[in-house]
Order: sequence, then structure tokens, then C-alpha cells
Amino acid sequence: MADPNEQPTCPMPRDKVVDRYFMEHRAKLLDVAAFLDRLDRSAAPESQDDDFRVEAMQRAIQLLIDEKGERAKRVLELFSDPTETPIEKAPMKGADGAYKPE
Amino acid sequence: MKYIDPHIHMVSRTTDDYQRMAMAGCVAVTEPAFWAGFDRNSAQGFYDYYVQLTDTEPKRAAQFGIAHHCWLCINPKEAEDPGFAREVIGLIPDFLDKPNVLGIGEIGLNKNSKNELEILEAQIDLAAQHDQLILVHTPHLEDKLKGTKLIMDAIKNHGSIDPGRVLIDHVEEHTYEHVLDRGHWAGMTLYPDSKMTPQRAADIIEMSGTERLWINSAGDWGCSDPLAVPKCQQEMKLRGHTTQTIEQISYDNPLKFLSQSGRFNTGE
Repeated sequence: MADPNEQPTCPMPRDKVVDRYFMEHRAKLLDVAAFLDRLDRSAAPESQDDDFRVEAMQRAIQLLIDEKGERAKRVLELFSDPTETPIEKAPMKGADGAYKPE
Repeated sequence: MKYIDPHIHMVSRTTDDYQRMAMAGCVAVTEPAFWAGFDRNSAQGFYDYYVQLTDTEPKRAAQFGIAHHCWLCINPKEAEDPGFAREVIGLIPDFLDKPNVLGIGEIGLNKNSKNELEILEAQIDLAAQHDQLILVHTPHLEDKLKGTKLIMDAIKNHGSIDPGRVLIDHVEEHTYEHVLDRGHWAGMTLYPDSKMTPQRAADIIEMSGTERLWINSAGDWGCSDPLAVPKCQQEMKLRGHTTQTIEQISYDNPLKFLSQSGRFNTGE
């Protein structure tokens, strides 16, 4: 939860923030819920490995409710490649959305 | 409310987009050289692209009262063949005197590979040799944090680049502080799915202030919105931000950074 002693940086009152953004994010939350349900209902995977992207998403969801703040930043850091040196060769042009451990 | 879109790929957009942008208040755009969605298989392909950026596109923009400027480079997605990339880099100096060229960009990294880094360093050096501004593309998604750090280290290690003449684009919540702490400018790209929303950009502005920050649409051939900048203006207005703050992030800041080129003008 936000520190009540910290100066607010959003000029909009909290109740107005809820009024304006709740319905949109309710819909986005339902999209996430439906995606997880769809995974449960889906056919057997072609690969036996647990998908690293889904595992990352499940850990990210835990961050949303840990009441530690800076959620967007920490979710992005969780999805990020933690290594620091350049790789030998680009394996592809696109990105996966989450870091795949070696 | 007038605005500048400092990063948009108008070669991918129709004149309908130019018309709507002009009606929404756009007075100027800057267009970095980028990946076309396929790998060009000859240096001549890049030469023709540079002609399009420096000659054809400014004329198309002018029909709608929008001043068009560009940046030149070989993008990181086409940097895995260093020999070919260096051949392309060799073409760039002949275009740097064109009146709408602002600098070298959008250089950067894609998958954070050694070849990409080698070509990034070569283009940083090119910018230094010709006293050009630099516009940086940071990698997508899970590659962004690592790539941003590698890019900024490469710039710092060159030793001759003024950090204030570098715009690091596509920042997100986990990278913007790193960029600003190094003295660079930071661009927030309002691009669906893989980058940022107008709402999150407004959040970062509220947390960071407006210093050395700008917003852009990076509208291109993918799912993107050439009106993302005015939508962010609207978002900020609805939250209660002042006209001065909104103008600073969408007009004054791009004007300040880009004017360092000595060439940027809005035609107003």
C-alpha cells in the first residue's frame, strides 16, 4: 500500500482514479483469468517442459498482491533477462516476453 | 494542442494518417531508419531507403503542413552480419548534409548479441566523428533491461559522447531511471502490447517529473497508433495536469532536444 506520509504525485483524487480506471482494468483482469482458464482446458502440450512464460506470469501475479509498491517496475524486472554479457549470436529477431533460463 | 511526434515511421503510414495527425495538432515528426519487416539483401536497398527518408517523405509530409526530419543508421535487427553492416554504414556520411537529417538513429541492440554490439559501437563512433545526435532503440520485452545497460555502457566507453545529446527510446518503468541517471534523455513509446500505454506514460511523468522526457508513437507497419501522442495529451488533461506540463512533454522537450542538431524546425 502507498505510504500515507508520501506526497501524492497523481493530481487525481484516489476515488476519481477508481471511477475512471476500474472498469477497464476489471476487463483486463478478466482477460488474464480467462487466459489461465484456457490453459487449464487446452489439449496436451507438444513439449513436456513447463512453459517458462506461464511460470513467469504466475510469479508476476504474486507481485501484484504483495503490497510492496513499484509493481509495474518489479513485474518488468521479473520478466527480464538478468544476465549482463552479450550473447554469441542472435537466435531470432523477436522476443518471448519472459526470460528463458538456460 | 500542437505536438511533435519525435519517433514515427511515416514510410509505413498512409496519407490518411498524415491528415489525421495534422488535424490532431502535429506540426513536426522525426523518423528514424528502422527494420522494414524483412532483411534488405543489399547496401543499395539501404541507399534507396535513405533517399526515401531524406527526399520523398519530407515532400509527402509537407502536403499536410507537417515538417519531416529523419535519422540514419543500420538498425540492430540487420546487424548480425558485421561486414554487410559496415558497408551500409559507409553510405551514411553522404547523406548527413541533407537538410532534414538530425543524427544517427535508431541504433541500439535487439537480442544483445556481440555482432549487434560491434555495429552499435561503430555507429556511436560515426556519430562522434560527424558531431551528430544519437537516437537509441532499446530491445523489446525481456531483453530491454540488459540491452539498455549494454547500450549506455557502450556510449560511455566511447568517451566522446555528451550524454545530453543521446535520446534512449522505448523506456519503461524498469529502465527510465537508469537512463535519466546517466544524463541521457528518455523516450516513452506509446505502442500497444510490447511497449507502453498513454496511462503508464502519464504515471511515469507523475513520478519522475518532465525533465528530459518525451513521448512518441513509433507508428510503423505493425499494430500501432499514429495518434498515440495526442491521446496521451488527453489522458494527462483528464487527470488534471496543466496545459504547461502537457505542452512540455509533447512539444517543448522534443523541440529542446532536437534543436541541438542545428537543423530541426517545426515550420511554424
